[in-house]
Amino acid sequence: MTPSSSAQPPRLSIGDLRGSPARRRRELSVRLLFLAAASLSILISALIILSLAGEAWNFVSQVDLPLLIERGWFPRRDLYSVQTIVAGTFTVAAIGMLVAAPLGLGAAIYLSEYASSRVRRTVKPILEILAGIPSVVLGYFALQVISPTIVDPICPGATEGFNMAAAGIGVGVLITPLIASVAEDAMYAVPRSLREASYGLGARKRTTSLRIVFPAAISGIVAALILGLSRGIGETMVVSIAAGATGGSLFSVNPCAPGQTMTAAMTALATGSDQVRGATLAFPSLFFVGLLLFVFTLALNLIADRFVRRVRIRY
Amino acid sequence: MASTPRAQALTGTEAVRRAIEGGQSDWRSVTFQGLLVLLLVLTLGVLVWLLTVVFVNGVPLLAERGIGFLTSPLNSQAEVAGVGQAIVGSLFLMLFVALLSFPLGIGAAVYLEEYAHDSWITRLINTIVRNLAGVPSIVYGLLGLAVFVVALADFTGGRSLVSGGLTMAILVLPIVIITSAEALRAVPEAIREAAFGVGATRWEVVRSHVLPYAAPGIFTGTILSMARAFGETAPLILVGAVIGGFNVEYSGVVETLQGRYTALPTVVYDWSRKPPTFGPNVYAAIVVLIVVLLFVNALAIYLRNRFERRW
Repeated sequence: MTPSSSAQPPRLSIGDLRGSPARRRRELSVRLLFLAAASLSILISALIILSLAGEAWNFVSQVDLPLLIERGWFPRRDLYSVQTIVAGTFTVAAIGMLVAAPLGLGAAIYLSEYASSRVRRTVKPILEILAGIPSVVLGYFALQVISPTIVDPICPGATEGFNMAAAGIGVGVLITPLIASVAEDAMYAVPRSLREASYGLGARKRTTSLRIVFPAAISGIVAALILGLSRGIGETMVVSIAAGATGGSLFSVNPCAPGQTMTAAMTALATGSDQVRGATLAFPSLFFVGLLLFVFTLALNLIADRFVRRVRIRY
Repeated sequence: MASTPRAQALTGTEAVRRAIEGGQSDWRSVTFQGLLVLLLVLTLGVLVWLLTVVFVNGVPLLAERGIGFLTSPLNSQAEVAGVGQAIVGSLFLMLFVALLSFPLGIGAAVYLEEYAHDSWITRLINTIVRNLAGVPSIVYGLLGLAVFVVALADFTGGRSLVSGGLTMAILVLPIVIITSAEALRAVPEAIREAAFGVGATRWEVVRSHVLPYAAPGIFTGTILSMARAFGETAPLILVGAVIGGFNVEYSGVVETLQGRYTALPTVVYDWSRKPPTFGPNVYAAIVVLIVVLLFVNALAIYLRNRFERRW
């Protein structure tokens, strides 16, 4: 069909397709608004690092370096042995992992491999409730109940119930749900075909769970453990209440004795029991310890992130 | 067809069926499963133990003092001390969190999921947000101390409610971003494509299609993050929530905002360090704390189950 020579199709320009200017303006302003909100996150992390680093530098530049290795953390006496509180942190975190790893992984394997869907539906919310218990509550529970009931028989005559073992167990209970849920997600994500292949070769459930599913999910499981460790290191209230040693502490890895972690030291500095108001070195030391803590947990979280991403790529 | 009885036992129909159904026929498997159940029961058992101890020790005091406990101010005498100021403080803090971090967090999530191109800067922001969520809460307290209490003391009034509220809002922000982003990601691409197909702009797509569908997920995420903030103590201690007691009457909004305050978990911490006369008080305060948290968590779970859409 030949088009008539007089009819020209109307030419469309880009202006016709764009829409009204008001609509475009609104679109742009909305976009900028959301961009501002997102940029805030960068601003916040920059602020964290800057505020910590600034005061921490203040501390490091003013303190006598040998004091950092002197025995004991006694800010009131100007003794800032960082290794004391780091040792305390790792002792408590180690005990916590000793408690949380078996409990969390055991629960995870059971829920992902053995439990019926009805059991899963009931147990998972309960684990979420356990995860939601505030750390102050667990700290008081550790001091009042765990210490006399569990620790005392093992460690005779613990000082008034303050000891790192009770705090460690409290921390362990706190991080168990975290380990359980991340590990269980990792194991649940293993494709059914792997399990079916294993059953098809005649393996039993135990063999399949331990030799097939567990290794297949190992990245996620390692990530769970690392995240748990990171959380245990950063835990403040349980150790502040149950581990004692608010006046300062000597280097100690004895779980039956009181001890101070990095976080408990920070709390003690801030609540004035170690004197933080004023121009003493105590105020910047707070930030120095905080920076150290931030670096530790950041490193652990980045490593855990790597492991989680490896799981995602494979499936 | 297997020849010997042993071969028959290993490869016969019965044997295959037992292996597939996972019937536990050997002692190692039975002990393994028993061990797993034991570990699970231990985990749940600790929770039950904790709740039992808390309620057994805390409810009598609440029953005895009733509403009085919930309204009385802090006091150095255990018989009169109550959590009134703490509850008010906590509520104010939650208000701050809701007003500041929810819009910012949801807005940031919308940008990251809907508007941003997949470039190195978007991935960097995502990594930063994920890592911020894993930072220990006490570090946020340090941030609040350095920025709001010290540096901006003229605006905030130092160790004031405003400083505490801002600190908690920043603490909660990464979690809100992550949960909202997850809720947005769960909306199928087809919904957006359909809207684009009829000529909607990106904002129109988000506003009328994506957000309504993602709303339940976003909503439960925000409720859960508020519950988390409600139980946080460490940052508040650093930023100057009162440990001890205070008895000030505030007149007017600005004075209240710039004045001292306390919060429920902080009171629990403080009382836990006091002599044993405060024992029942601590447990009673913990009961209040746990009841509120259980209620909020149950509400979130209920809402999630009720409004969740399965694609």
